[in-house]
Amino acid sequence: MTAQAMHKRVWGSMVAGVMMGLTMLLVSPSSNAEYADVVINNYADAAGMRPAVFPHWFHRIRFRCKVCHADLGFKFKAGGNKITMAKIIDGKFCGACHNGEVAWSVENCAMCHSGIPGTPTHFHGSTLQRLVAPAYKPLPVGKSMKKNK
Amino acid sequence: MNLSSLKCVPVLALGALLAIVALPVQVIAAEGAETLQLAAVSQANTFNRNLKKEKSRNPPPPEDGIHDVENEATFILQSPREAFAELPKTAFGNYVDWVKAIDQKLLRPRWDRLNSAEEPFVMDLDIVRPVKASVPDVVFPHRQHTEWLFCSNCHPAIFIPQKGANQINMSAILLGRKCGVCHGKVSFPITTKSCRKCHSKPKPKGWKPPLSEATLRNPWK
Repeated sequence: MTAQAMHKRVWGSMVAGVMMGLTMLLVSPSSNAEYADVVINNYADAAGMRPAVFPHWFHRIRFRCKVCHADLGFKFKAGGNKITMAKIIDGKFCGACHNGEVAWSVENCAMCHSGIPGTPTHFHGSTLQRLVAPAYKPLPVGKSMKKNK
Repeated sequence: MNLSSLKCVPVLALGALLAIVALPVQVIAAEGAETLQLAAVSQANTFNRNLKKEKSRNPPPPEDGIHDVENEATFILQSPREAFAELPKTAFGNYVDWVKAIDQKLLRPRWDRLNSAEEPFVMDLDIVRPVKASVPDVVFPHRQHTEWLFCSNCHPAIFIPQKGANQINMSAILLGRKCGVCHGKVSFPITTKSCRKCHSKPKPKGWKPPLSEATLRNPWK
């Protein structure tokens, strides 16, 4: 082996090392979203929309649990309510308030549909997610949509 | 160039990698030999090696990792940090003591969707549940729960309203059943720091932990 080829090898492994180091620094898969934020992606990805993010903290400042979970019939289960836009415009679920009277109306699509595409339905920071379920990683953009085609 | 320098290639690559992730490196130079770079030994033996890193608390939506930064409306959403600024703090969950916040009248969440004057139907009844293990007994306060919830939210689907009818254990709670339907999802989570919020009644005087069968029958004692 010539000295030149040897140098190439050394530099090659150095560059590879640098690249690996950089990816480790740049890619941080952990999210630190607010406790009790719910990502709802039953149908959103399939319809070409970002998943909806429901912040419990914002709503419990304004309403007691009872309003949604007793009066409006939201089940205590992430993704268990099978909410669709059709139900919302008929005044069910989110539509009971998000009608332009109690809260802003449905034309502000991106206010709810603001999640990273490909994020599955889950309850952020739940004990179950922390202890039992594997950590999720958002799929690369567009991948989940390909699957559905 | 000879065989000995060839052996150094993976070591050099490793050295470069470690330098990139900003670990201090120790330089070992034997006389006449080439310089070798190794990670300082002490770096492997840090505290909390397997704990998750301290997260930034209540970050604004664009920085929270679940909101899409390509979405313009993400930047309109309120930051929880701003909303929680005046509220009493805790060490877990949202880092907000929600019950204290309404007790101190810092928050007045509506009990009715439309009528902000309607008051909750509060029931002040504590249920004591003795616990087999040596942790303090559980006191379940209806008051704090009925400030937020209606009877039908829990009874009878989650808890049968009858003494002795509900088997509850921590495994079920951690798996999201019984108390775990809310605690560990929305209301305060199960961490070492929050045990005593429920396990709050000291054991009766003279209480001793029951000895295990294996100890009682120990043939070698």
